[in-house]
Amino acid sequence: MKKIIALLLVALFVCGALAACGGSQSKDAATADQKKDFKAGFIFLHDENSTYDLNFINAAKAACEKLGVECILKTNIDESNACKETALDLVDQGCGFVFADSFGHESYMIEAAKANPKVQFSHATGTMAHTEKLDNYHNAFASIYEGRYLAGVAAGLKLNEMIESGKITAEQAKIGYVGAYTYAEVVSGYTSFFLGARSICPSATMEVQFTGSWYDETAEKEAATTLIKNGCVLISQHADSMGAPTACEDAGVPDVSYNGSTLSSCPNTFIVSSRIDWTPYFEYAIKAAMNGDKIDTDWTGTLGTKSVVLTEVNEKAAAKDTQAKIDEVKAKLESGEIHVFDTKTFTVNGEALTSYKADVDTDTETDPAKKGDTEVISDGYFHESENRSAPYFDVRIDGITLLNEKF
Amino acid sequence: MTTTKTVTKEASSREKPFHIVKRTDMPTWKSWMIRILSVLASLIVCAIIIVAVTGENPFAIYGTMFKGAVGTARRVWVLLQEVAMLLCVSLAVTPAFKMRFWNIGAEGQVLMGGLGATAVMLLFGHKLPAPLVLILVIVVSILCGAIWGVIPAVFKAFWNTNETLFTLMMNYIAIQIVSYFTYVWSSNKGNNVINTINTDNHAGWLNLPQSVDKYGYLLNIIIVAVLTVLMYFYLNRSKQGYEIAVVGESINTARYAGINVKKVIIRTMLISGALCGVAGMLLVSGTDHTITPNTAAGRGFTAIMVSWLAKFNPLFMVLTSLLLVFMQQGAKEISTVFGLNDSFSEIIAGIIIFFIIGSEFFINYSIKRTRAKEVESK
Repeated sequence: MKKIIALLLVALFVCGALAACGGSQSKDAATADQKKDFKAGFIFLHDENSTYDLNFINAAKAACEKLGVECILKTNIDESNACKETALDLVDQGCGFVFADSFGHESYMIEAAKANPKVQFSHATGTMAHTEKLDNYHNAFASIYEGRYLAGVAAGLKLNEMIESGKITAEQAKIGYVGAYTYAEVVSGYTSFFLGARSICPSATMEVQFTGSWYDETAEKEAATTLIKNGCVLISQHADSMGAPTACEDAGVPDVSYNGSTLSSCPNTFIVSSRIDWTPYFEYAIKAAMNGDKIDTDWTGTLGTKSVVLTEVNEKAAAKDTQAKIDEVKAKLESGEIHVFDTKTFTVNGEALTSYKADVDTDTETDPAKKGDTEVISDGYFHESENRSAPYFDVRIDGITLLNEKF
Repeated sequence: MTTTKTVTKEASSREKPFHIVKRTDMPTWKSWMIRILSVLASLIVCAIIIVAVTGENPFAIYGTMFKGAVGTARRVWVLLQEVAMLLCVSLAVTPAFKMRFWNIGAEGQVLMGGLGATAVMLLFGHKLPAPLVLILVIVVSILCGAIWGVIPAVFKAFWNTNETLFTLMMNYIAIQIVSYFTYVWSSNKGNNVINTINTDNHAGWLNLPQSVDKYGYLLNIIIVAVLTVLMYFYLNRSKQGYEIAVVGESINTARYAGINVKKVIIRTMLISGALCGVAGMLLVSGTDHTITPNTAAGRGFTAIMVSWLAKFNPLFMVLTSLLLVFMQQGAKEISTVFGLNDSFSEIIAGIIIFFIIGSEFFINYSIKRTRAKEVESK
């Protein structure tokens, strides 16, 4: 009896597979001109418990509400085939615009885009849109290095204040930075932050500790504590958790945060934080998808598009007149008077950088020698995020010491 | 002596008004009735919790769950694919479990199999003809899984090490090895992502042409369906399957019967590991076409539950894996539609599974009231 039931179940299983095979074709993708019931689908790696994803979730909700379109949010989608299936499922549900927020989602978004030429697909932090050349697949990022630079200015002012008050000597102006991986996005982030700080405090140096994870509260706290013990008098971080800010609050060391304000947990040490606001991009891309307009293959949000934003300065921890100085430097960045990666402001092995081949085109190569493909230095500065939206500045400049490069 | 014994017996009977008796005569229909009733009971409990915690309509939530799992043709396919993957890993751990060898290292064995497939696809994808790449993918991934499985078996067979700890630790080593190679082979230095491999020539991809198989999962499903039937016959009809059962019942009996226990342990774990390697290959070559440290996605652990719930019967494992995957796929839709956190769907799934596992107790045992008369007569 048992065996018969079991065999029946197996048969049912196989039949189900075959039935689904010949099953009805999914409805044709919603055409973009049906503005009334336009739907936008969003794929997130985690849910709102991760600060990284929360930043995207809030922006998606805000943009959809403003445009009056329905939004479908899919959280906790792995960087696997699940991403492709979720994207296709969103298309089945009638989404005319599909977005994914994590780097590892990219290959699967491209596959989904190839299968649905009428639907627009966008992906944050990705690097492949400019080489794939699909009309309906796009990358987006923001010139967050400008935000970091401004945050660095705030850090520089704080260092100067500490030197002037006799708390530290000029030589002791050492910054500590908690990074995730030795990936270009992180290198670009800490270098721009450092250059911002050094533009104000010329004697500043920096040490970077990598954690090997985008989110690991314990490792980040540990890294910050190590840096403070090494004599770092100011901390900043790339990694996403509260690890580094908490360590700073405990030790009474000033901290420049990332991805949002940490003021409520760190009232005595939080100076300022830079982050990317994705709302402008979502508004732009969804509107374009609705009207059937072309979306940029690589869209880089800037200070001007209000994609790169700084939180309010915490007067309690920051040096005097920090906000005024930030506004001043911001205006100069926007007018093009100064550039973050001006080659006059940094050296590599004691020499100025006059030429650099960056790894702009993504290809899974087993030969590291073939990586650099695009000249990115001209007019006296390194052109970050211009050949593609995601950062590709991965130069190790003088003045920054990497404590571990194993990640 | 006799008097004291009676006294204690009486005393204990008096303390416990109920006692538990092993059932032997439960007809199949009745045991299935209990199972179905327990699922219904769990749904009622869930409904109460749903209303109390969220204020949502429980029927709407169940409806959403159902739609999320099988609402469209695509969702049915994804469901079947997920069932096939979980079932494949469950099939792999079953012979080991039947032998009472606690292989909780399936996660690592799957990953190593997947890594083998990834390595072949990356290193030879453009150097060897595609059919040869595919053959190499199959051989290497099975080999990698088998090696990862047989290491703890050899230590168990010759030095009687604890296989539970051993296989568990091997998982972490495998995860670290995969992390290392995702770094080495990452598409941009340091981004720790290997993009989809061989998108141009599909070398090493284990899929039927899209004209035959629109969703790309048919081959995976067929392979696992065949493996399920083979495993059923292997365990229940073959000499080796019998040896596994005997070693599982009692090693001493097995020795007395002239079974080479060492050989059986090593051979069974070779099979277990090799099947995990197949699962890794199906995930990498047949599904994701790349690898991350999360490729196995906890299936190595969920498989333990699938195998146990089905009492090591491969055919029943189809049902238990279907149940778990159905709830998992349905739960995702709940969080999207109702804006509830994923943890809430996990609570629901947890309650249902708890009831199902609990029902096995009532199928195997009955609770009898200790009658006062009995006590007195003693």
